[in-house]
Amino acid sequence: MAVSLHVDRIHCEGYGMCAELLPEAIELDDWGYPMIRDGVLPEHLGALAERAVEVCPVLALRLVSPERMRPTLQSRSLAPHTALRSQGGG
Amino acid sequence: MLATATTTIEPRLLAGQPFAAGAESWDQHRARLGELPRSPGLAGIIPSIERSGLIGRGGAGFPVGRKWRSVAERSRRGAVVVANGAEGEPRSAKDRALMHLRPHLVIDGGVLARAAIGADELVIYVGSEHGEAVRSMSRAIAERGGRDPVAIRLVEAPRGYISGESSAVVHYLNPRDARPTSALERPFERGVGSHPTLVQNVESLAHAALIARFGDAWYREAGRGRTRGTALVTVSGPVRFPGVHEIEYGITMADLVAMTGGATTEIGAILIGGYFGGWGSVRDLWGAPLDPVDLGEAGLGFGCGLIGLLEADACGVRATERIVRYMAAESARQCGPCIFGLGAMAAALDRLAIRRPLPDDLENLARWSAQIVGRGACHHPDGAAALLTSGLRVFGDDFDRHQRGHCAHPSPRAGED
Repeated sequence: MAVSLHVDRIHCEGYGMCAELLPEAIELDDWGYPMIRDGVLPEHLGALAERAVEVCPVLALRLVSPERMRPTLQSRSLAPHTALRSQGGG
Repeated sequence: MLATATTTIEPRLLAGQPFAAGAESWDQHRARLGELPRSPGLAGIIPSIERSGLIGRGGAGFPVGRKWRSVAERSRRGAVVVANGAEGEPRSAKDRALMHLRPHLVIDGGVLARAAIGADELVIYVGSEHGEAVRSMSRAIAERGGRDPVAIRLVEAPRGYISGESSAVVHYLNPRDARPTSALERPFERGVGSHPTLVQNVESLAHAALIARFGDAWYREAGRGRTRGTALVTVSGPVRFPGVHEIEYGITMADLVAMTGGATTEIGAILIGGYFGGWGSVRDLWGAPLDPVDLGEAGLGFGCGLIGLLEADACGVRATERIVRYMAAESARQCGPCIFGLGAMAAALDRLAIRRPLPDDLENLARWSAQIVGRGACHHPDGAAALLTSGLRVFGDDFDRHQRGHCAHPSPRAGED
């Protein structure tokens, strides 16, 4: 089954252990918070991704099916009618 | 104030007595528009709203009919409708004006949505700082005297830019904490009290209440381009009559400025869609249609209908700095990329705008504005990043000059709030 990495942004405290384990899929920004490469996780990284989920000290990393991912504003600005969540609740 | 030679359509939401007369009473409202059709007359209201093409007015412009359908499909006992009148956007005034002047149209829309999706409760969520709107909505609920087939509850939203974000609304109505949440379920799946919840902007609901009376074909008569209907906008800046106006979608920026009595000085740039929107140049926007589809294709958005006009002699770096500083201060301070990223952006902009810039400030701003997108529990950081990106594009020359320590603008405080 295809999976994507999801970070709970509220709980993430920027320990950065996920990026150490999975540099192919996760980079850190200037403040140490993870930036996940877009899209489905390549299958060969599955085991490492599960390990990264386990070692996150605040349990902020999850593997989810791609359709559970929230649309970003960037995708919204290209197609204005695709995002249900909004400032102001539509 | 609303109709001129270039704008042929009559106002719809703001029809009736003049603004100065204040809130329309329940009797006046029913005398002017008649009763809201009741079920079973409401069968088919969701398809009718879908056919109308009505889009949401809180910011994202999601089709209202499709949203109602998705909640209705999940609706079981306990579903909730929230009429969202938080309007945290600092310069936007259209929702509070609508709630103040035409409170019964908003309530009608909420009652309609409640019936359409089979919800048990209607919550009117009004920004506590909008005193006139709170009083008017509260009076209107009392005037109706419980004669609606649903309990209506007025809840004052805490002050703040982010408190109208739909997951924040649900969060507040649950344990009364109006910060966004990181739950993957969206409100229409699992909202207030874990029930499916429709969070709908008050202007969207008011349009729906008119569609229920006059039909989707009538609704579609307005609109010059691809998006149909009328919209409330808030115009700020150097025009003779700034404030809330009702426009037909698809009129040009030139038409809008003419409607507001004309510009009182030369305009250099336009902030469109609000703080969640972006800057556009007058050259690009003056003749362009004010239509969400066209604006979206141009990488901008209609957003909540805020149109901010910036004087030609005002400094775009300073104007952008003020907005990003505000957005950084309004962060709910839950997510690292938002706390630190917006903070760093605001600090770099502050140095560029009015202090001595660091050598890599401009370069960092360009990089951060791309990196921050999609990395909050809500879209607040995305909005700040999009605003900054548009500022870097529209005011590129100004930013380059500021990085080198110069400002080309003769009146450094021009455009200051």
